[in-house]
Amino acid sequence: MLKDITIGQYFPGKSVLHRLDPRMKILLTVGYIIMLFSVSNPLGLCVGILFLVFAYAISGIPPRMITKSLKPVIPIIIFTTVLNMFFVKGDPLFDWWIFHISRQGLLTAVVMTIRIICLIAGTSLLTYTTSPITLTDGLERLMKPLKKVHFPVHELSMMMTIALRFIPTLIEETDKIMNAQKARGADLESGGIMQRAKALVPILIPLFVSAFRRADELALAMECRCYRGDVGRTRMKQLHYSWQDGVAAALTAACIAVVVMVNIFAPVVF
Amino acid sequence: MEPILSARDVSFAYDNYEEKQLPPIVLEGVSLDVRPGEFVAVLGHNGSGKSTLAKHFNAILLPTSGTVFVDGIDTKEEDRLYDIRQTAGMVFQNPDNQLVATIVEEDVAFALENLGVPPEEIRRRVDESLKAVGMYEYREHSPHQLSGGQKQRVAIAGIIAMRPKCIVLDEPTAMLDPQGRREVLRTIRELGNQFGITVVLITHYMDEAAQCDRVVVMDNGKIILDGVPRAVFSHVEQLKNVGLDVPQVTELAWLLLQDGYCLPDDIIFEEECVQAIEKLLEERHVSH
Amino acid sequence: MSVIKTEHLTHTYSQGTSYEQAAVSDVTLEIEPGEMIGVIGHTGSGKSTLIQHFNGLLRPTSGKILVDGEDIWENPKEIRRIRFKVGLVFQYPEYQLFEDTVYKDIAFGPKNMGLSEEEIDRRVKEAALFVGLKPHHMEKSPFELSGGQKRRVAIAGVIAMNPEVLILDEPTAGLDPKGRDQILGQILEYHREQKNTILLVSHSMEDVAKYTEKVLVMNHSRVAMFDQVEKVFSHSREIEAMGLAVPQVSRVFLSLSERGWPVPSNVYTVEQAKTALEKILGQGGGANA
Repeated sequence: MLKDITIGQYFPGKSVLHRLDPRMKILLTVGYIIMLFSVSNPLGLCVGILFLVFAYAISGIPPRMITKSLKPVIPIIIFTTVLNMFFVKGDPLFDWWIFHISRQGLLTAVVMTIRIICLIAGTSLLTYTTSPITLTDGLERLMKPLKKVHFPVHELSMMMTIALRFIPTLIEETDKIMNAQKARGADLESGGIMQRAKALVPILIPLFVSAFRRADELALAMECRCYRGDVGRTRMKQLHYSWQDGVAAALTAACIAVVVMVNIFAPVVF
Repeated sequence: MEPILSARDVSFAYDNYEEKQLPPIVLEGVSLDVRPGEFVAVLGHNGSGKSTLAKHFNAILLPTSGTVFVDGIDTKEEDRLYDIRQTAGMVFQNPDNQLVATIVEEDVAFALENLGVPPEEIRRRVDESLKAVGMYEYREHSPHQLSGGQKQRVAIAGIIAMRPKCIVLDEPTAMLDPQGRREVLRTIRELGNQFGITVVLITHYMDEAAQCDRVVVMDNGKIILDGVPRAVFSHVEQLKNVGLDVPQVTELAWLLLQDGYCLPDDIIFEEECVQAIEKLLEERHVSH
Repeated sequence: MSVIKTEHLTHTYSQGTSYEQAAVSDVTLEIEPGEMIGVIGHTGSGKSTLIQHFNGLLRPTSGKILVDGEDIWENPKEIRRIRFKVGLVFQYPEYQLFEDTVYKDIAFGPKNMGLSEEEIDRRVKEAALFVGLKPHHMEKSPFELSGGQKRRVAIAGVIAMNPEVLILDEPTAGLDPKGRDQILGQILEYHREQKNTILLVSHSMEDVAKYTEKVLVMNHSRVAMFDQVEKVFSHSREIEAMGLAVPQVSRVFLSLSERGWPVPSNVYTVEQAKTALEKILGQGGGANA
């Protein structure tokens, strides 16, 4: 049934990673991504991989979740690999008809593939260990300085929150409307693309009408609870950095430092 | 005592009633005083103006003519809007469409966060409010996991966290099943009894109105009856004429009375009815 | 022959997972043509799941369901045909309206049945008449109507399919007493004229008592009772134990009979109560009525 779908990829747990401050987790993830793409030596890349393996190990997230998160991006990985393999010029390794593979091409392809896999696995770890609402909260607070340049930080985060709140409700509603139209003999399962698209009209219109009605009522309820944007707004839950955040930051910094050292002192390979 | 809510000769009409196909006059010369601590039911069929009146007590709507005072503040004073909304909290019909946050306790905190209450104080009041409505154990649940009655109780907690003097509930039980209705009604009654909050309950269920201190009946934008439930429900014919029910026992007593049997005309509870009938049976020497 | 028949019907949600939960278990019942049946049970008793089996929206995890003696899941591709035989009006059906005119919305079901234009027109008009919609409503947008009118359009949309069995899931939810009496009155009228089978799911014992002949009581995913109205309401205490409310007058009469007064135990409407009492009072000495 539709309502069994879970929103986001959050994997509830009690590991250190789950307990870290969301702001710290976001910052560390960004740091890790930058590191991944500045690596210029196999040794550095190994450090990056080891760091990720270590993070997954302490998170308690089952390793099969890595493959699950990679599935949707497989086409992108294949595309970049092929592109790099055939179009990077260098010492020829393989030559047949219009296909030329160079040593450099092969190397770049392998490195790019590893980078993308690490990137996806790393960011997935963030969403696996942080609930959507905490993530929104962390983002809002991190982006707070942007308010000075009139970036609507609070509004965006409010929109995120309301979306997260209403997605399950609307999914349930879709289920109900589909059943109601099926009971009136609507045929949603057969026919060509055009017919199927047309069959969606009796579902989408009631869904939109209801979503607008909900939005109206919610706005009124929010006003009645004295909502007026983020003017003078406080928050019940405060975020505090703990010693664990410090340790996580230090570990990541050390890892980045190692990569930088490797980049400087070891030969540049790619 | 100064009334906490006071409507003085209030009339209301929507500006664009023609294009919206609404009746030209929704409220007509309504005057109503609600004293602190009262538990008032406003009864009426759909379109009688009862919800429109409720929205005046929260400054969602402003009267076309006449004045509404909330704890002495004229609702037309724009700069006191947030004082008004803190004094008279509002709970709506659809439990789904008034919860904002994805976690119960965050939702209860919403109004307090908007008002800029310090975090520790918010925490304290949120816990207190959740306990008052019996939803404390569910504080970390997400709203879509709750039943309708539970959602409505969370909505009530979100209002009482503001510590209002008065709470106006616009048909809070209309979309609930009997179990949910019982839960919510019990919660509402406790608000009055334990916390001394004034309660205005908009409803079309007569059994809910029978449990209040005072019943106000509206029809066609006017107040037609106002008094204690007994007095109001004794007008069986008039209530039926405006499309409302009376409790079955009240109707039974009324029918018997019409047929010349002698029994009280102000029966609203089951036990009273049983006793009155027993008395009749004894008088007529019906054997046990 | 029974119009709907179930044999050991069982429906388990999320079968094979840790969330496994039987919503309907081992229900065997027969519904005869032309019956007007009330379906009661608290939320989660399985009544909604059960009725969604009657028109093939849900498929039983085990057991059979027969409509007009035919196993409806024998040929799953033909399931739409069953939905035309057994019409289902969901709770708050006004939220399913989507066409730009009332007429077109009511015609949606008949159109899906592949009927001719004249037949559709005849059925739409007939259905509109049953629910008390006036000709001037037909070209309006359904979204302009009042809540009660929208609901009647939605009910007409199912009636227009002319189903042998009409199931209504809480058709009066959220309506005021006047709107409730109107809609239930129209449904009763429709039943009397068309002589078809009607299942009315309701939380209100008063309505079930007033409008139906038989009552199906669901409790903990099983059929607790399925009998004539007066027989079911003579078990008032058992029904109350299931967390359901019996009509107030039934409780009054129960109290009286528990105190030893010779009153009947199958009273469930105010009219019945009055008649029964006057009869007994008349038997006592010195009636003045």
